[in-house]
Amino acid sequence: MSWPNAGGGRRSPLPDETTTPTETPGVEEVAAVPVSANAQEILNLINSELGAGVIEALPLFSDVVVRVRPEAWRQAAEVARDKLACDYITFVSGIDWMPAPKEEGAEADGDTSTPAQPTEMTPGAAGAAGRFQVFAHVQSTTRHWGITFKADLDENDPHIESWVSVYPGADWHERECAEMFGFKFDGHPNLRLLYLPAAFEGHPLRKDFPLLARVVKPWPGIVNVEGMPESDSPEPDSPAAATTENPGA
Amino acid sequence: MSTTGTPTTGSTPPDFTIDPGSMRHLAQAQVNVELDTGDMILNLGPQHPATHGTLRLVVRLDGERVISADPIIGYMHRGYEKITEFRTYPQVTTLINRIDWLSSFANEVPFVSAAEKLMDIEAPPRAQYIRTVLTELSRIATFLLFLGEMGLQVGALTPAFYGFRDREHILNLIESATGGRFHPNFNRIGGLKDDLPWGWLAEARSAMQVVFDACDTFENLVLGNEIFAARCKGIGIIPAKLGVAYGVSGSNLRASGVDWDLRRDGDPYLVYPELDFKVWTHPDGDSFSRYFVRLQETRESARMVLQCLDAIPAGPVMTKVPLIIKVPEGEVWVENENPLGQMGYYVVSKGGTGPFRVKIRSASFSNISILPWLLQGVYVPDVVTILAGLYFILGDIDR
Repeated sequence: MSWPNAGGGRRSPLPDETTTPTETPGVEEVAAVPVSANAQEILNLINSELGAGVIEALPLFSDVVVRVRPEAWRQAAEVARDKLACDYITFVSGIDWMPAPKEEGAEADGDTSTPAQPTEMTPGAAGAAGRFQVFAHVQSTTRHWGITFKADLDENDPHIESWVSVYPGADWHERECAEMFGFKFDGHPNLRLLYLPAAFEGHPLRKDFPLLARVVKPWPGIVNVEGMPESDSPEPDSPAAATTENPGA
Repeated sequence: MSTTGTPTTGSTPPDFTIDPGSMRHLAQAQVNVELDTGDMILNLGPQHPATHGTLRLVVRLDGERVISADPIIGYMHRGYEKITEFRTYPQVTTLINRIDWLSSFANEVPFVSAAEKLMDIEAPPRAQYIRTVLTELSRIATFLLFLGEMGLQVGALTPAFYGFRDREHILNLIESATGGRFHPNFNRIGGLKDDLPWGWLAEARSAMQVVFDACDTFENLVLGNEIFAARCKGIGIIPAKLGVAYGVSGSNLRASGVDWDLRRDGDPYLVYPELDFKVWTHPDGDSFSRYFVRLQETRESARMVLQCLDAIPAGPVMTKVPLIIKVPEGEVWVENENPLGQMGYYVVSKGGTGPFRVKIRSASFSNISILPWLLQGVYVPDVVTILAGLYFILGDIDR
């Protein structure tokens, strides 16, 4: 009993257009899906409890994403814990919405390893006002639902209130976020470095921080470009073309 | 009744009653303080065997009692969240195999399902079943190691050998199906790399019998052992409310009496809604109950594997996906119940071939963030049992 293996060695090359699922961005698509009863209850409670603190709230797959004003960040945690039974902290982290700057020069042109990154800044679900956002996920162990909170941060002085007094588990997550993105968490008892060594400079998860391994040593894929047996011969100016004789050709 | 102390000097008073035996020891510790013995700083690790890798604990001691403990992590931080931004979606599964290396297959599933959710595709039923079987096999392999190793940490060498011996059956199964003992890298977006080999189902059935036997052995040899009970009962108690607020998950939380398992309570994934299984809890929250819960969950996993083997449908294991995988713009949070606890990925896509941002939520990171609270006031030998009982993997902490 052997089944045709669509993902293994014998894949028939199909044009992208015929098999790629709908090209519409996921956000609009999700908004069309009927809102589940749980999500509707969360949205109602969030809107009534936080009021003007909510900028946008929408269901996202089985979850709910709520973008709150930075002033309401800590209040949002309290509402989630006390009113929405979200007793469990999943994570606190950050996003840098700025697209990574493109590397320049000949090496960058041939670097096929870096997947195509966007060229202009587009906000994610529930929108974003600037470059930096802090986002956190809380869950309920009794009601079995989850909420993602987001808040915009000032680009030049990113800081926001800490959640440690609401969820003690936010401690390490905020320390990680602080060193990786350079955010400040006001009221955090001990905002030391968590992962990075003391002498480390910069904030690695910011998009303008380069992947240092690539800076030190260019991606080796660039010199190993070699034509597949059935495909056309490699470009004539590629170093591999000059030196490698393909035995299968 | 417990003969050693319980942590009672935490900032939040735990909601359990203190038995008189531990009060006596507290009184003895008080004598030491009055005689003004100097504090001692003890560095546990980063190479200490009890820490399973490169975790360093800076422990301040007053005699044999821990005043404060400060875990120092990051010796193995590999920056996976950064690297994912430079990889394509299929390449990322190779990376996340290395997060929790004892249950690599279970790590892949939530990421692949995140990509599948965004692309609005679904793996075929047969692939879902095989994924469930391999996830549960990873859980059994992880827990068998724990069941043996926990004995090692309290000074019993024999269970460790049994644990390694019986885990070998499971690793052989994983290897014969995927080609890799530790890093299968078997999941593809839209299904699996390959179907199961001939004779695998029968082999898996007989291996499950080995697992049941192993569980019986551990129950008699370790759980029923008087010394083991004395070393673990009442040690390292995590109160349920505090554990939840710290983000402790998985068996550690269920051992504190929180009846919460994402396989049953979370967003339905794989074929868990169709399986009949019990979620085990224990009201005590100490190291002993963590051992008890993991032992029962190992049995439960073996039962789930047998159910899957009976129900596994025929059909393809891979759905049709484009040659070059591009994930439409959007974001999604996907969480799974991994052996060590809740593992999730928050994937942000910008429509390219690689993710824009991946937040990796690993279980051990939150599980050990409670250590500074938990280790206050315990004795030094108990530090080792508490670390072993929490059961973390360093790759899962440092990512």
